[in-house]
Amino acid sequence: MMRAATARVKRAAAVGGRIGILVFFTTFLAFPFYWMVITTFKTTQDLHNTANNPYLFNDPPTLEHLRVLFEETQYPQWLLNTAFAGIMVVAITLVLAVPAGYALARMTSRSAQTLGIAIFLTYLVPPTILFIPFSRIIANLGLQDSLWSLVLVYPSFTVPFGTWLLMGFYKAIPRDLEDAAMVDGLSRFGAFLKVVMPISLPGILTVIIFAFTLVTQEFVYGLTFITSSSSYTVSVGVPTFLVRGDVYFWGSMMAACLIVSIPIAIIYNLFVDRFVAGITLGAVK
Amino acid sequence: MNVTWVRRERWTTLADSESWLSRIMLAPAILYIVLLVGFPFLLSIYYSLSDATVASRTLNFVGLTNFERVVESSTFWLALRNTLIITIISQTIIIVLANVLALALMADFRGRWLVRLLILLPWVAPISLGSIGWLWIFDSIYSIINWSGRAVGILRPDQWPIWLGEPTLAKASIIIVNVWRLLPLATVIILAGLSSIPQDILDAAAVDGAGFWRRHFQITAPLVLPITLVAVLFGIIFTFTDMIVVFVLTRGGPYDSTQVIASWAYFTGIQGGDLAGGAAVSLFLFPVLVAMAILLLVIARRTEVT
Repeated sequence: MMRAATARVKRAAAVGGRIGILVFFTTFLAFPFYWMVITTFKTTQDLHNTANNPYLFNDPPTLEHLRVLFEETQYPQWLLNTAFAGIMVVAITLVLAVPAGYALARMTSRSAQTLGIAIFLTYLVPPTILFIPFSRIIANLGLQDSLWSLVLVYPSFTVPFGTWLLMGFYKAIPRDLEDAAMVDGLSRFGAFLKVVMPISLPGILTVIIFAFTLVTQEFVYGLTFITSSSSYTVSVGVPTFLVRGDVYFWGSMMAACLIVSIPIAIIYNLFVDRFVAGITLGAVK
Repeated sequence: MNVTWVRRERWTTLADSESWLSRIMLAPAILYIVLLVGFPFLLSIYYSLSDATVASRTLNFVGLTNFERVVESSTFWLALRNTLIITIISQTIIIVLANVLALALMADFRGRWLVRLLILLPWVAPISLGSIGWLWIFDSIYSIINWSGRAVGILRPDQWPIWLGEPTLAKASIIIVNVWRLLPLATVIILAGLSSIPQDILDAAAVDGAGFWRRHFQITAPLVLPITLVAVLFGIIFTFTDMIVVFVLTRGGPYDSTQVIASWAYFTGIQGGDLAGGAAVSLFLFPVLVAMAILLLVIARRTEVT
């Protein structure tokens, strides 16, 4: 009797403990975004009145910051720039990484394995090591201030990562399928195009999502190559241009951060397990 | 007889064309990576041994002068120290917190997907934008931390910490943001490791009378150790080589108390126009990167995954 009671208390304590832990961490991790939402819809007067409780709307909520962001700043242009760079980089990444990933998956020699890992490791070379020589290369190519500089350089990290992810994907597709197709008269390359490609669409979709996310997140190259505000991407434009000067437009800035972060987070969340399997070199699946 | 012969010929021609085909399919990607990672890297070494500046078009070889200059500057040592402090403290906190959070997330409960989405936000959102959110949270006048601290009574009425304006607090702020940004990544990696532990091992231990803590420290923890190490290695790489958090929050200030190697390389090489000096500074990131990559490979081989 006593024992059952203790067990019940213990179980309740475990559940309570877990809830407590989750509430604490969710608050810490999501708070800045919650704070962005509150700030976005508050009037500037309310934000700047230190006597007000900052958690509450002391004035009615306003859309003024969003209006300013979209009508009086270059934010819409930055969104377009990001989308443009993202689409171009995704295209280059797919053209290079799909065949490379497939070839690596079907090569069984030891050196092919090593080559695959070597390609993955280049993903880890950070922009902060390469941005100084790149600044000169970009200047010599006449691409300064141009979005094309980003389109050229960003695949240097999306291609290694995409190749590695796709290699894992293609390895999981049984070779028998292609052999059967070739017995039916397709060429080696034809089997790849007509049999393997359609099955690997989920893998390709994953690479599209990650390449696009990496483009949106990148900051160092954008900051280095681009100086005119009309060519910025969102991640560079908001912190460098909206902060410039003495006046901080906090409401508009928080709105600018939210509008980009939330959609990416939702899409990324669907693919995060594949990302984890990829960067842990497949140690977990 | 006839059938086997046909098949064999088919296989040999395939094998031939396969090695040829795979080379063609691999070549463009490798060429791109060599041109856009390998070549700039070599160029970086070359610049660090020259007198390259943003303004001049010509270069002269100057040997190790730039490295001597870097090693003699007190800012560099400060930046190296800051980088190490920020990396070590933030990663230590992350190992502990990520393990706790991953264990709490193992259970199935309603709304788990939403909790996971909220927890992942800091990692997925662009770092520069997340840091802007923190810039507002740490604001010298409107800091929500200070307001809440005062409302709850943790801060006395005469206390008003200036988070980004005081050296120790500024460093702590940078550490907090790094923990915030990389904790989700470590958590999902460890969570994946936890989910791959066969449930029957844990059940068997429970039947044998092992309690939660015993099961955790004698079974779970050793089994997820390799994957925890992987998470930490990525955390170290991402913190050690990052300049974004520092750039957005403090620009290295006050008095270089948050200057890190990567941001110092930027201020020297790009803003200061001293390409050679900047390249020399940034190359100090490389040994750590190589060490982490080697460790990563060792762990991967040990766990026989590739």
